[in-house]
Amino acid sequence: MSRKRTTIIGTAALAGTAVLALSLSSCGKADMTKQASPFAAAKGSKSVTLSVQTWVGAQSNVGVAKYLLEHEMGYHVDTVQVDEIPAWDALSQGRVDAILEDWGHPEQEQRYVKDKKTITAGGGNGVTGHIGWFVPKYWADKHPEVKSWKNLNKFAKQLRTSESGNKGQLMDGSPSYVTNDKALVKNLGLDYEVVFAGSEAAQITQIQQFAKQKKPFLTYWYEPQWLFNQVPMVEVKLPKYTDACAEKGAKDPKSIDCAYPTTPLQKYFNTEFAKKGGSAAAFLKNFKWTKDDQNEVSESIASEGLSADEAAKRWVEKHPEVWKKWLPKK
Amino acid sequence: MTFFSTPPISTRPLSDAKRPGPLRAVRQFPALSKLLLLVLAAAVLVPLINAQWPGALWPSALTVDVSGPLGKTSDWIIDNRDSHWLFVYFLGHLSNAVVISVRAVYMLLLALGWTGVTAGITLIAWRVAGVRIAATALISFLVSGLLGMWVPTMQTLALMVVAVVFSVLVGAVLGLAGGLSERLFRILRPVLDTMQVLPAFAYLLPVVLVFGIGVPAALLATVIYAAPPMARLTALGLRGADPGVLEAVSSLGATGRQRLLTARLPLARKELLLGVNQSIMMALGMVVIASMIGAAGLGDRVYQALASVDVGAALAAAIPIVLLAIVMDRTTAAAGARLGADTAAIGPKWLRGWLAWTGIAVVTAGLALAGRLSGSLVWPGAWAVDLARPVNDFKEWMVDHLYSGVPVIGGTADWAEHFTNWVLNPLRDGLTALPWYGMLLIVAALAWLIGTWRTALTAVLAMAAIGVLGVWKPSMNTLSQVIAALVVTLVLGFGIGILAAGSKRLEAILRPVLDVMQTMPQFVYLIPVVALFAVGRAPAAAAAVVYALPAVIRITTQGLRQVDSSAMESARSLGATRWQILRQVQLPLARPALLLAVNQGVVLVLAVVIIGGLVGGGALGYDVVTGLATGDLALGLVAGVAIVCLGLMLDRVTQPTERRTTGKGV
Repeated sequence: MSRKRTTIIGTAALAGTAVLALSLSSCGKADMTKQASPFAAAKGSKSVTLSVQTWVGAQSNVGVAKYLLEHEMGYHVDTVQVDEIPAWDALSQGRVDAILEDWGHPEQEQRYVKDKKTITAGGGNGVTGHIGWFVPKYWADKHPEVKSWKNLNKFAKQLRTSESGNKGQLMDGSPSYVTNDKALVKNLGLDYEVVFAGSEAAQITQIQQFAKQKKPFLTYWYEPQWLFNQVPMVEVKLPKYTDACAEKGAKDPKSIDCAYPTTPLQKYFNTEFAKKGGSAAAFLKNFKWTKDDQNEVSESIASEGLSADEAAKRWVEKHPEVWKKWLPKK
Repeated sequence: MTFFSTPPISTRPLSDAKRPGPLRAVRQFPALSKLLLLVLAAAVLVPLINAQWPGALWPSALTVDVSGPLGKTSDWIIDNRDSHWLFVYFLGHLSNAVVISVRAVYMLLLALGWTGVTAGITLIAWRVAGVRIAATALISFLVSGLLGMWVPTMQTLALMVVAVVFSVLVGAVLGLAGGLSERLFRILRPVLDTMQVLPAFAYLLPVVLVFGIGVPAALLATVIYAAPPMARLTALGLRGADPGVLEAVSSLGATGRQRLLTARLPLARKELLLGVNQSIMMALGMVVIASMIGAAGLGDRVYQALASVDVGAALAAAIPIVLLAIVMDRTTAAAGARLGADTAAIGPKWLRGWLAWTGIAVVTAGLALAGRLSGSLVWPGAWAVDLARPVNDFKEWMVDHLYSGVPVIGGTADWAEHFTNWVLNPLRDGLTALPWYGMLLIVAALAWLIGTWRTALTAVLAMAAIGVLGVWKPSMNTLSQVIAALVVTLVLGFGIGILAAGSKRLEAILRPVLDVMQTMPQFVYLIPVVALFAVGRAPAAAAAVVYALPAVIRITTQGLRQVDSSAMESARSLGATRWQILRQVQLPLARPALLLAVNQGVVLVLAVVIIGGLVGGGALGYDVVTGLATGDLALGLVAGVAIVCLGLMLDRVTQPTERRTTGKGV
């Protein structure tokens, strides 16, 4: 019966480890903000954790920052992929040290930056983001009038799918993205149905599929985005964005009837990291590039299939004049 | 039977639910009277209800808005997380303990190096489960390395080891309580049901709020999901212990504790081991989902590959997950099968007892040292295979050739469109147009006909809860998708199952395919289903069918195989054709198995509703995903609870009551 005994002993040993771990940590207060990932910092104590969001632009920022931190400055960098709002939460808790591309979350900003002061604004990353409605260029070339919202109803019939019923389909993406599309369709009197693809991956796949067949489509999309290089798209003009309209929308999101604003994308740091993060924090504060730079990296990741690390390396080798300025002076 | 990651929500014994045929005729009358009663009730109530709340959708006067209190809870957690004693003195330590344990295991695995880990696990598999499974283990680890996934595989393995230990401990404690006390058992059952059916996505956010993103939260979410089977099987094992043996032990003057330790637990060891096996499989099923809150490892690679729409890279990370699952399942299942057998019969003498374990340790240490000396602790980088490119090329080819314009049968996009237009849309519109009280009446009638008034009451209350929570419309949409996917799954599953039951060869060919379908993380086929079926509810249904089909096929095949061969023989001697035998002998006798297949179909299809939300399925699945992405506790949790209610209702209207009462309550 030695088999059975060993199983029990094995289980007991594992259980013992768990209990030991519990008791090791259980003396006095446990600060929940002071835990790194168990996989982190195996190589040394100089470690930074960056949050990556699901879109490729965010991967590019993080890829380049990570490459430089590791190869030029001797840091170990961990990355965590997480949705935007949980990422703010993680930033405030110190689970991650920095977000390198935020598209504007006023509520979170109020709570963490202004009230709790656990997060510090890190300035812009140099890229300006813009959300809008887009149609493929091959279609707009044939029907230039589609480029204004006023004419959209004429094309609704062409954009019908089995999901949108007898209305035209306006495709939206991931639930985590900022969108007013349902309100816009209603307030502008458009004969369209908003169909949520549910994730950016699904949305991109669908756009690629449409493009392959040269089918018309109308989609919520944003710049900067690498997909524009593969599937050229042009923007549909919506009623002009004004501060008054934005203010009205802030009070009642259902009343919005104008275009999306252009957003200079922001960096945010954990406050303690910003103060005590030394040269890594200084470097990330200096990090600032252009839309073209970012798209160059994104394109190599998304359509050439390079890893973020390889893509970053390629860009870093080509553009020393850009990133040399980011390195903190010794 | 391998219990391959089928959520064991009802692994009730198949054979003890045979119902005497003649009784059926008698049952016609109570059924009629039940219906009459319901019609009467409807005739009185419907005009009243209709006058009070006109319209098909659930009346808003009867809803409760929970977003206020839930929003407050979430704010409270965020504001008090750094100061309240609950966090500082309890949850904080728990979180630390998790980090320390996972780190310890991870460091050990890294220290052993790829040579040490591969050798160690292969030898253990050999010792416990035999040569063939050892070979599987060896190949699996080499493949993980070749795919360039060694480090993520070790991270996942470390997380899994700790998660399984925690799940087994928690499950065993709950199971002990439930096994020893009838009252606790009754309280425990609905809790365990909820833990399993509540979509993991719905509790990711609460867990993240408390623990923050990262390993502790991921591990906790995994334990919530993986502990129930251990608890159920522990309770089952303890309750099922032979009363004769227990009697004998007590007559020898054993105390309660002695009886537990010397008789009941040892007698239940098969169930205990099966529980461990199930916990492992469930935990592995959470690998990718947990990565959405920062678990790192293989799941994270799958998730990140998806962000850049790279199926090949996602597959490269998913294959090690599948292989880990297969190795762990086969090893623990084989160990379980051998428990009862005579130990002396296994293998040559030098492979037995303490000598063998020492041998394993020595060889592992030796190989680990050799690996260390050769300077490649992680995995020799040059030995890598690039899988991503060919897979992506294949996907492109498939999509190019199948998407549309295939002669005669049309392309996948056309099927998807027809399926949406002809099946999903009418079903959804019908369910939404149906007045809410009509829906309640139908549910009541179905559940009552098939069971008792209690069954009907549970089903109706579950539906009413959906209305009260204010998610009636999206729930009807989701219900239409679930029904459509379920019907497709059952038609295909029963069909293939019947074929496989008739041919050993087909079954052998199917087995690895089904294994892969069941363990492959659903995120991997998310992109291909969208590429083939276009964004919408059709790809969501396709994903659900892929996921639920294997269990239905397996249970059907097994059920048909178990049919008493003498009954079939006598039918054959009477000159029945094969079709007649199947229809009149095999299928009726396999009825309990077929019902179990339906039940599993319901559970598994519901599990994919969330994934459906990621590909355009909308409705409840989308709400759960939105809740997580936007930190909206109320939205995600309410939608999750509505999914549970749908599951409860579907279970009650498809499962005759005998199974629920005669089953030992697994």
